[in-house]
Amino acid sequence: MFETFKTKATAVGSEVYRSSTKSEALELVLSLLKKEGIQDAPGSYAVWADSPFLKGLDTKALAAKIPGLKFEVTRQLAKDAKIGITQMDWGIANTGTLAQDSSAVAQRLASALTWIHIALVPTNSILKDLPALLSKTNSAKNGYLALITGPSRTADIERVLAIGVHGPERLIIVAVDELGGMN
Amino acid sequence: MTKKFTQSISKALENQNLAGILDRWNYPATRAKAYEGIDFEALRTQIAERKGYAADHLDELAEKFKKAAEARGAKVFRANSQQAAKDYITNLCKEKGVKKVVKSKSMASEEIHLNKHLAANGIQADETDLGEWIIQLAHQTPSHMVMPALHLTKEEVSDLFSKEIKQPLSNDIQQLVKVARKELREKFFNADMGISGANIAIAETGTIAIVTNEGNARMVTTLPKIHVALVGLEKLVEKYDDATPILTALPKSATSQLMTSYVSFITGPVANTDGSMKELHIVLMDNKRTEMAADPKFKQALQCIRCASCLNVCPVYRLVGGHVFGHIYTGGIGTILTAWFNELKTTSDIQGLCIGCGKCKEICPGKIDIPELILEVRRRLASKQGLPFIQKSALAVINNRRVFHSMLRAASIAQKPFAKEGFIRHLPMFLSGLSEYRSLPTVAPVPFRDLFKKIKQPKSTTKAAFFSGCAIDFVFPKIGEALVKVLNKAGIEVVYPEAQSCCGIPHWGSGAVEMAGLAAAHNIKPLLENDVKYVVTACASCTTALKKEWPHMLKDGNMSSLIPDAEKLAAKTVMFSELVNKLIEEKKLTPKDGQKLQKLTYHDSCHAKRHVGVYKEPRAALTAAGYELNEMAESDTCCGMGGSYTVKQPELSMSMLKRKLKNVEATGAEYVSAECPGCLIQLAGGLDKSGSKIKAKHPAELLVDRFK
Repeated sequence: MFETFKTKATAVGSEVYRSSTKSEALELVLSLLKKEGIQDAPGSYAVWADSPFLKGLDTKALAAKIPGLKFEVTRQLAKDAKIGITQMDWGIANTGTLAQDSSAVAQRLASALTWIHIALVPTNSILKDLPALLSKTNSAKNGYLALITGPSRTADIERVLAIGVHGPERLIIVAVDELGGMN
Repeated sequence: MTKKFTQSISKALENQNLAGILDRWNYPATRAKAYEGIDFEALRTQIAERKGYAADHLDELAEKFKKAAEARGAKVFRANSQQAAKDYITNLCKEKGVKKVVKSKSMASEEIHLNKHLAANGIQADETDLGEWIIQLAHQTPSHMVMPALHLTKEEVSDLFSKEIKQPLSNDIQQLVKVARKELREKFFNADMGISGANIAIAETGTIAIVTNEGNARMVTTLPKIHVALVGLEKLVEKYDDATPILTALPKSATSQLMTSYVSFITGPVANTDGSMKELHIVLMDNKRTEMAADPKFKQALQCIRCASCLNVCPVYRLVGGHVFGHIYTGGIGTILTAWFNELKTTSDIQGLCIGCGKCKEICPGKIDIPELILEVRRRLASKQGLPFIQKSALAVINNRRVFHSMLRAASIAQKPFAKEGFIRHLPMFLSGLSEYRSLPTVAPVPFRDLFKKIKQPKSTTKAAFFSGCAIDFVFPKIGEALVKVLNKAGIEVVYPEAQSCCGIPHWGSGAVEMAGLAAAHNIKPLLENDVKYVVTACASCTTALKKEWPHMLKDGNMSSLIPDAEKLAAKTVMFSELVNKLIEEKKLTPKDGQKLQKLTYHDSCHAKRHVGVYKEPRAALTAAGYELNEMAESDTCCGMGGSYTVKQPELSMSMLKRKLKNVEATGAEYVSAECPGCLIQLAGGLDKSGSKIKAKHPAELLVDRFK
């Protein structure tokens, strides 16, 4: 399932990684933050929305270690952030799609307003197709179910592809085996 | 046709920007790639069923939706009219002190000119979909349902953006997109209200689904504290999983993507960024949709998912773009929607743009018979307004066999001063437009009905009645002669019922249903008179009449008693190439040994390919005889003849012909073959006029003398 997901997601411009453990995934995320020059200045923040991945992590220590990394996702901080990090609930293999219950506004701010969206997803939550996803999701619980497939794109001028029109220019997906899944 | 409309076509034909963009996109190929591994027929049947069910239960589903969405905290307003929708939104703005609105793409809001109404009430509404923002800045309407600014060049966009931000800008598309991002980002943050459309409204859960690629709908539904979704009633489906087939098809049909970048399923309000609860208002707009659902013919138009694939494949849209359609909805489906959302009479010009080639019907994910519905618009206009006098008289003449045939005989004498080698290359004065890009064929000195009597045939118990149609009878009698010779080789004796006359397709295509019914009635008895095994046709349009349309013509022409005979006849009817291929397979016809014949390319007539499904057979028969087949690009795209279309829309007809000839020439073949005299008139005339060496031939002409 992961391989199909990776192929399809890569085909639409997502960058896909896989980590077996949470700590490995964390290392990967931190190295990405470093590479992108995250610092404590408007335009260079990274905002990390609350998620199961963060449970048990010392976020205060992390924030102190990496200036510019914020675990509080406000309207203004998200606007001034370069990177947004969220944990997605599901993947869809045959279209390379991510899905999340985005009822909490922080999830949308971090994934919609930033230039780079780093999306963690439990490897085992990658489902086969859209019907499989819709059978898992439940409108009664999900006030705002978001499906994301690749970076923001447009072809509205002369049908020429342009990336990052309103949302992220880059979508970096990290599938984490240790996160288990909702399957 | 009004002069203004003719001028708008000429103007559109000069602007080749859009045509070039659509060509570079290569939609048919990219679409096919997106659908790889998917059973499109099954998928669209599912969509048609589910949306068809919704169309049958609009009121019930609207109430169900309202109840479910309100149980989750949304406010649902059912607006019967455009005005009610506009008033609800402006009153809400006034009540909440809304001054600034950001919008994501909504065709429903375009339909009711919402921005204009808001502006009149002192409310600034900014479009945020890139294409919509561009046309808003240009003060234009969308030229395409999915890509509204497709007609504008990057230079024009750059000018518009420069004016807006008061800075000079380059023409670099990537940079222009970033300018839009920066400008619009501020607008998202400063807006008091976000207005969106919806692609799907799910009744059982009160959920709306919004599909975008840019991500602007996520901003519109997240950043302002009030969200208003303006939703046409046709977006309703019953169940949550009804969204699956729609979301599977929409991105593939609309933009050749497997999935759009963003899909948001919104069920009730969620918290705002300041912790307050969002106000979610859903306006379910009727604006004639219920009336449409009550019309047995037009109900199916509510199965549309607004993918615009009918625009992308339309040979006419590709030439003229969207603005010629004059209203918000463009292309084939746009013509139908305009007839309802505006008034029937507003389509009296634009319905004539459809050549009836059927390309859109083939790819419509809602399984809507778009050409048939446009024809129905034409019929209703004809019955309401009547046909123009000249057209009506011409059709009446065609229906009177004796008068029509004696006129054709007279014409064969009258044409003499203009005719040479079977072509008329120049016509004087007002007729000159007809021969400007294409020579016209001459009327044959001896019609087929007279020639036939002189053909000596071996007697046989296997008989076939030949329905020649007017064109073979009076313009191409040689095709008829060749057909008789080939069938004789297979031991079939051909009979030619003399009382046959026009098949009625010209009347049917013009909306003159009663005259079409009469045409069918004239022919049925004579063709069934002899106890024949086959009724053979060699004209794709006539074949469509005999195999498919005569029962419909009789029904609409109030002659239903003849329908059983028409059906009996339809079952016996076979197209020439279809029959030859069958006879080759049955070894009743054997190609001469070792023949290596010329290269040919095959043009699929719209009627043959899409109405009666004959396209493999002529290729198989011609290659079996020894011809080398070189396929041209877009072999099944219309040549622009379309019967009387070429007279009514000469400029469009000629533009389609030019494109066809380019594709024909590129094959390097010696012949282009088509089993339709109409296409042959168009192709041969165009080739003659351009001085090409390629000859246009009917399969019968190419197959004569090729069998043992």
